[in-house]
Amino acid sequence: MMNALVACIVSAAFAAGSFSAADSPNDQGGAIRLSWSAVGDSVLISSYLVYRSDAPDSGFVPLTEEPSSSSEYTDNSVQDGRPYYYRLDAVSGTDTVRGKVVGPVKSVAQWFNTTRVNILVLTAVISGLFVFYIYRARRGAKMFVRKISGLDAIDEALGRATEMGRPIMFSFGLGYITDMVVIAALPLLRKVAMKSAEYSTRLLVPNSDPIVMTAAQETVKEAYTEMGRPDFYNADNISFLTSDQFGYAAGVDGMILREKPGAIFWLGYFYAESLIMAETGHSVGAIQLAGTTETTQLPFFVAACDYTMIGEEIYAASCYLRPEPVMLGTLKGEDFIRFWLIVLITGTVALGTLATLVSKPAPWLQSVFETVVRWATPAY
Amino acid sequence: MLKRNVPLAVVFVTALLLIVAFFIPHRPFGDLESRFLNWYAIVSGFTFLLGLDSLTRHHLTRVIRRTEGWPYSLLLVLSLAGTMGLGFYSWIRFQSPFALRAPFMWLYTYMIIPLQATMFASLAFFIVSAAYRAFRVRNFAATLLLIAACLVMLGNVPLGSSIWRGIGELVHLVVPGVDVGKFAGLELFAAVKDWLMSIATAAAVRGIGIGLALGGIAMSLRIILGIERTYMS
Repeated sequence: MMNALVACIVSAAFAAGSFSAADSPNDQGGAIRLSWSAVGDSVLISSYLVYRSDAPDSGFVPLTEEPSSSSEYTDNSVQDGRPYYYRLDAVSGTDTVRGKVVGPVKSVAQWFNTTRVNILVLTAVISGLFVFYIYRARRGAKMFVRKISGLDAIDEALGRATEMGRPIMFSFGLGYITDMVVIAALPLLRKVAMKSAEYSTRLLVPNSDPIVMTAAQETVKEAYTEMGRPDFYNADNISFLTSDQFGYAAGVDGMILREKPGAIFWLGYFYAESLIMAETGHSVGAIQLAGTTETTQLPFFVAACDYTMIGEEIYAASCYLRPEPVMLGTLKGEDFIRFWLIVLITGTVALGTLATLVSKPAPWLQSVFETVVRWATPAY
Repeated sequence: MLKRNVPLAVVFVTALLLIVAFFIPHRPFGDLESRFLNWYAIVSGFTFLLGLDSLTRHHLTRVIRRTEGWPYSLLLVLSLAGTMGLGFYSWIRFQSPFALRAPFMWLYTYMIIPLQATMFASLAFFIVSAAYRAFRVRNFAATLLLIAACLVMLGNVPLGSSIWRGIGELVHLVVPGVDVGKFAGLELFAAVKDWLMSIATAAAVRGIGIGLALGGIAMSLRIILGIERTYMS
């Protein structure tokens, strides 16, 4: 009785052509996607069994058992160009109802991911604008850069540390060399190292990553050499602590309390340990300058530090410190794109509002709005 | 010349390959990113030897020179050696240092995790001291920050609901027509908190996020095109 009812449901679902198999789109091949109309939370069907074969009427081997709520499965164990047949059976308790066979299906590798067309267009437009502004800067166009107080305060911080006879500390936090913010902070370390050589003030750089430590050592060594003070370099001052988050925080706190630095630079990637370290720095009276791309940590730095570089200011640091026309051109391009992004966001918000207000006389406006949003929202 | 140009060429070609791989799923491009990340993981694994060298050299020097606090350095070196010893012992005895019964795992569970938790817990006290300074009423902006922070705190804790209900009862005494139950149901503190978090704060965070994304693109282009070279110093 039960078997007959299940068979009826499954037959009805399969008869409507709901089970299909096709090459998985926008991938590097080796995958076939199966989809079917799920019966859902039916008490009759407990799961689906997916089978695969090279022939339409024999040799089916079980691939997977999917729950009754499932409606798709991707077979990632196929060879490109080889035809496959699939069968979907329904399981109800101890009974199994055989479904229909679909196929032949072949998997193929694609040469372009069509879901990323919008990203390609946006990347091309944005990169084109940057290149245009670099070209303009090379042609001698004047570029204005607003003052970034955090960067202007570097000299003040270093001067104060020197006057107090205390060392300077520089931390990249838990950043790796693959983090853009760490690469952006290296020119700042270079500037700080040059000043520390000029003032003969010790520079301490505790690290959580050995590759960042090596990059920091090279940066400081070169800066000291450039300032004519290679003898001032001591690899012990740019050391590795630990890659453990709170172990690093404990180590840095210990250094701060022992060495009592006069100026501390927190420039890199930080998590919850940011406030633990910055508050300890504040407790020893250090002038502190911070900058991170981690927005959740910015409020902590704003509360605990004297100067905080917010958002992209840290990325602008190298252009600010080395204001060559080509470098400034990228900043100008950034500002131009930002302006048009504001226009685009405001326009889209206005379009969405209008589409809601006039949804009855002009329903097409809603689809225009959704298309714009879909295009402007990259899908990864 | 070679020291500069070769790394620049490597950066340019690698960046170009990864950009192409993002749009072309076909082999050999499709799995380039994960392959590069695997290479990075292997290289970075070996660089931990550099970190180990730096750490032991630094602390052994302190011990040998008997500089101030040298017993702590000695303790660190002994702990490091002990941890490594237990790791190797666990590997040989239990086939993995991370086996549940392995002494290395015991060390991790009963020493490292509690120490990490202790450091994390100290954050609560640092938040209080930082909040005290940040919320002092010095100017208009700080006053706004203080009010917003109080509202968010009241909206997040049960005490906020109790206070709001108390206000409802007071209003009911003055205006008997006001229904205390309906008034309490308004949950004004929670509503204001939700608005501040989902509208005001989210708008600011997204603004910063857009700036960061653009800054990141500009920085990437500077690196790919070889304009930004300071990272190679």
